[in-house]
Amino acid sequence: MTQQPYSKPLPTPQPESDFYWEKTKEHELWLRSCNDCNQAYFYPRDICPICFSRDTTWVQASGKGTLHTFAIVHRAPTPAFRDDAPFVVAIVDLEEGPRMPTNLVEVEPDPSAIHVGMPVEVVFEDVTEEITLPKFKPAG
Amino acid sequence: MADLSRTAAIVGVAESDEIGTVPNKSSLQHHMEAAANALDDAGLSKSDVDGLFTAGYSTYMTGDYLGIKPRFTDSTTVGGSSFIIHIAHAVAAINAGWCEVALITHGQAGRSSRAPVPQDPIMPTLQYEIPYGFIGQPINYAMAATRYMHQYGEERTRQALAEIAVSTRKWALMNPKAAMKDPMTFDDYHNSRWIAWPFHLFDCCLVTDAGAAVVVTSAERARSTKKPPVWVLGAAESHDHLGISTMPDLTSTVSRHTGPAALSMAGLTHGDIDLAMIYDSFTYTVLITLEGLGFCGPGEGPDFVAGQRTAPGGDFPMNTSGGGLSYTHPGMYGIFLIIEAVRQLRGECGERQVPDCGISLVNGTGGALSSTGTVALARD
Ligand SMILES: [Zn+2]
Repeated sequence: MTQQPYSKPLPTPQPESDFYWEKTKEHELWLRSCNDCNQAYFYPRDICPICFSRDTTWVQASGKGTLHTFAIVHRAPTPAFRDDAPFVVAIVDLEEGPRMPTNLVEVEPDPSAIHVGMPVEVVFEDVTEEITLPKFKPAG
Repeated sequence: MADLSRTAAIVGVAESDEIGTVPNKSSLQHHMEAAANALDDAGLSKSDVDGLFTAGYSTYMTGDYLGIKPRFTDSTTVGGSSFIIHIAHAVAAINAGWCEVALITHGQAGRSSRAPVPQDPIMPTLQYEIPYGFIGQPINYAMAATRYMHQYGEERTRQALAEIAVSTRKWALMNPKAAMKDPMTFDDYHNSRWIAWPFHLFDCCLVTDAGAAVVVTSAERARSTKKPPVWVLGAAESHDHLGISTMPDLTSTVSRHTGPAALSMAGLTHGDIDLAMIYDSFTYTVLITLEGLGFCGPGEGPDFVAGQRTAPGGDFPMNTSGGGLSYTHPGMYGIFLIIEAVRQLRGECGERQVPDCGISLVNGTGGALSSTGTVALARD
């Protein structure tokens, strides 16, 4: 069987996020963190959006978090998502503090199976040669 | 801050010639028809206009198309609330002497456009949200509503969303320009298909083709226009994120700032408001905006809207045009809130007229619950 080419939208890494996307390819999740206000934040920016410090660094995330919220998409937003529907869009509170957008996978797309506050952990989907998307599944 | 309350007035409002499904007109045609109609409503002509405001498109584009060379130009684009915010900017510009007759236009062939609105590829949402399918506001707002249900109870939230959808449709049935012509029962609401759980179809606004325009001018000039002036008593604006995942609190819009600030500038309290015009991109938008504006506390919205209180005959008239849910919503709906508020304050609304409507609070929301603008308007 030949693989269908990936037709969903892909991120275009920017200078500040090249490292983030290189690390997801290695199946690691890295965050930007501020040495002045000691807070990690999402999405990656060289200058801290909380205090404007330039003393910031990359830290590796545990990949663990809790589900902040979700929705179950029944009507695909574009034709490329048609085969996926119903699928779960989600926002996850990472253990390190920041909140990140993602998909919840490896779960029934049914509100009785998904609960705000449930523990989740990162999984990596190599969607193309260039791009790996971090997604989350219920923590095992 | 300078006291700008009652220093400028809205003197003309109008939609474009046809709204709803208008396959034979471009977005810019809707701008121009609405502009011509609103100037006619004000008894002014194109040559009187010296300030030009729009959103989505730039005033570069609308100015060229309309043949207007403004002295003051403002393309502030923060989603559907933009046009509410333009009212405040117009008041400021008029008081500063930058312009005297401000024309705010909107047009979007949301349903029939042959040209999708392009996106700036460096937007962070294109890297971190769009690849996961965070595409289109039903999906973003649905995630926010899930969080609200988690905090305040799923069943009572669901009932509140139904109350808002059903009451808004009742108002639409009294507006000849409203797209939706059929009554909606609670069963119709609950049985409508899922778009993005927890949203049913009837939680989501329409997608229409429409244009609208508003004319604002100085207190002095307003004394000689065709229709009675509608005064801008208070105004405020803010935004606190772009994509839904960076919203600080999914259950609270920045109406919590713009509502109190606009009321304070106007010298009004909640009890003074005769008509609430609240951006209803989704039923959920209304629920949390009522809380943000301070009509009730956080989590109290479901009790506030219970029992069809916001429907015709209820004691809290809201969205009397039929709203974005049932009247029209071409993509950025905020300007239509202003149009209905002005018509109600002038007593032009026929069957759906709110008796003794003297003061209206208008709140627009834009983006992924990202921005809000609030104005308080009053007749003489
Ligand atoms: Zn910092």
